[in-house]
Amino acid sequence: MLSGEFHTTYASDMALFETRRARRALAVFIVALFAIPFAGTSYWLDVANRAAIAVIAATGLNILTGYTGQISLGNAAFLAVGGYTTAFLANHGVPFLVACPASGVVAALAGMVFGIPSLRLKGLYLAMATLAAHFIVEFAASHWEAVTGGVAGISVPAPSVFGASFADDRRLFFLTVPICVGLLYFARNLFRTRVGKAFIAIRDQDISAEVMGVEVFRHKLLSFAVSSFYVGVAGSLLAYQARIISPENFPLALAIDYLGMIIIGGLGSVLGSILGAIFLTLLPEILRLGTSALSGSFPHLVQLFTPLKVGVFGLTIVLFLVFEPDGLADLWRRIRNWFRLYPFSY
Amino acid sequence: MEFFLQLVINGLVVGAIYSLVALGFVIIFKSSGIINFAQGEFLLLGAYVFLAIVAQAHVPTLPALLLTFAFATLLGLVLERVILRPLIGEPIISVIMVTLGLSSVLRAIVQGIWGTDTRPVPAVFSLDPVQLGPLPVARGYLYSAASVAVLLVALTLFFKYARPGIAMRATAASQQVALSMGISVRRIFALSWSIAAVVSAAGGILLATMRGGVDGSLAILGLKVLPVVIVGGLDSIGGAILGGLLVGVLENLAGGYLDPVFGGGVKEVAPFVALVLILMVRPYGLFGRVRIERV
Repeated sequence: MLSGEFHTTYASDMALFETRRARRALAVFIVALFAIPFAGTSYWLDVANRAAIAVIAATGLNILTGYTGQISLGNAAFLAVGGYTTAFLANHGVPFLVACPASGVVAALAGMVFGIPSLRLKGLYLAMATLAAHFIVEFAASHWEAVTGGVAGISVPAPSVFGASFADDRRLFFLTVPICVGLLYFARNLFRTRVGKAFIAIRDQDISAEVMGVEVFRHKLLSFAVSSFYVGVAGSLLAYQARIISPENFPLALAIDYLGMIIIGGLGSVLGSILGAIFLTLLPEILRLGTSALSGSFPHLVQLFTPLKVGVFGLTIVLFLVFEPDGLADLWRRIRNWFRLYPFSY
Repeated sequence: MEFFLQLVINGLVVGAIYSLVALGFVIIFKSSGIINFAQGEFLLLGAYVFLAIVAQAHVPTLPALLLTFAFATLLGLVLERVILRPLIGEPIISVIMVTLGLSSVLRAIVQGIWGTDTRPVPAVFSLDPVQLGPLPVARGYLYSAASVAVLLVALTLFFKYARPGIAMRATAASQQVALSMGISVRRIFALSWSIAAVVSAAGGILLATMRGGVDGSLAILGLKVLPVVIVGGLDSIGGAILGGLLVGVLENLAGGYLDPVFGGGVKEVAPFVALVLILMVRPYGLFGRVRIERV
């Protein structure tokens, strides 16, 4: 009797789902996901939408940082590019189904422009160049008032698809989650293709990748483009959800949040970006619930909420990096394997 | 012309502060190859601890300074031991993120203890401006320029002649070779973190005194100084100092001449534009060690 899974063909080794049961479990999970809008309060639906948007952005960042090994501190800037493109287009009467992908494309172009330094820069220096990208985009967002509305911000009309309006969080859920699932499916498949494998080769050793015939610069730029497309789409959905955006929606702290998500979730893992994004979106909410529950006995705890949030965020990242550097995805894999081989796991 | 001169002088004196903060970056990078994104929080913590010792414990200024430096040394040692050492050999993204996480934690601690209001700092030195030729210059800037000069000389001599300094350079060149020559790489890392923490605390106290108060915005300087270290080259002490002066002048000139055109904000973004341009032309900075690795 076989215990565990054994792949006897290349096709089964490369398959998207390891077993038929995994496929079925996912199908059930996705169906169950759509029960949320019927059960949740509007507060939790807001959280769910933010989580879905964060999953998209974190997946995009993971494609660039986790899979291709290019560090980017500029993802809040690309999020802003996506958001402002949506705001501009939507205010000129462009429908959601065009504005959302178009925002992704514009963000992808911006990503490629700021990806050009990656031709010569690696590691720390690339992080600096993308950090500069962040400040430059922030400057543009607060000073190009004709398009962005400046510091005061710009309002975005509610998204509508074929005449149906998606004004509140409950309805918006039916836009964000399907887009999120579709993009995740694409990301999983991307790394079964030649291009995706080239990304991974560049991350592992760029010189060997070049020697093996991977055009490193082209693929680095492509990775910036794909990643920024994801982040741009996330920015677009963010704009539709927030309904009014200003430079304050895209601070540097947000870029660090997204990096935190992929670190906590697991670099180079699509599942990791999902888990990390959900974890870091829920963490402040849980803290908020905790502080308000305890505020009866410790009244000054409410004032401490903001530093507590910041501190717990930083501490989580530090603890994960020190004790669990492969993130939640690896933790999940270990737990699953333990149960799969139970009681003969060793 | 007078406007131009005023801008340049202002730039130079602000640049002196940048140089001081940049030194902290360079010391850590030079020995361990780590960029410490929590540098701004080191400034903040140094200033607050000094404030607490002087204003709450009523310790006179000089012992308070020494106590703050002792605290900074301890902070550097503990952080290196607890957080940075487990990450030796991990990819650069992990190291960047751990210092970013650290900056969040430190900021939260400072906010939790001292709140977000600006706290007045008792003046360590008189705040009357000094006449430098025709232009008035704040006294604090002169002190920071003086401490930068002292630190420049001291650190250059330290790296050139002192045994630990030479060991630090050896560690930066190759950790394996340094180890085989009997240098304790761990001790070198610990040393560089505590030196950087002390330099930052000194910078924080100077800045807080010049502003007349301390609040969370002090930590922003940690990010503002990044272009300085890149321009100067991450592993060059002279570069950090010259980079600081250059960026200070650039910032003031850009702000003075371009702000009216764009309606403000150029001052903040100009160093980062320069950063991108310099990275494209000279990726190792103006004075950094040339390490060409092109793919």
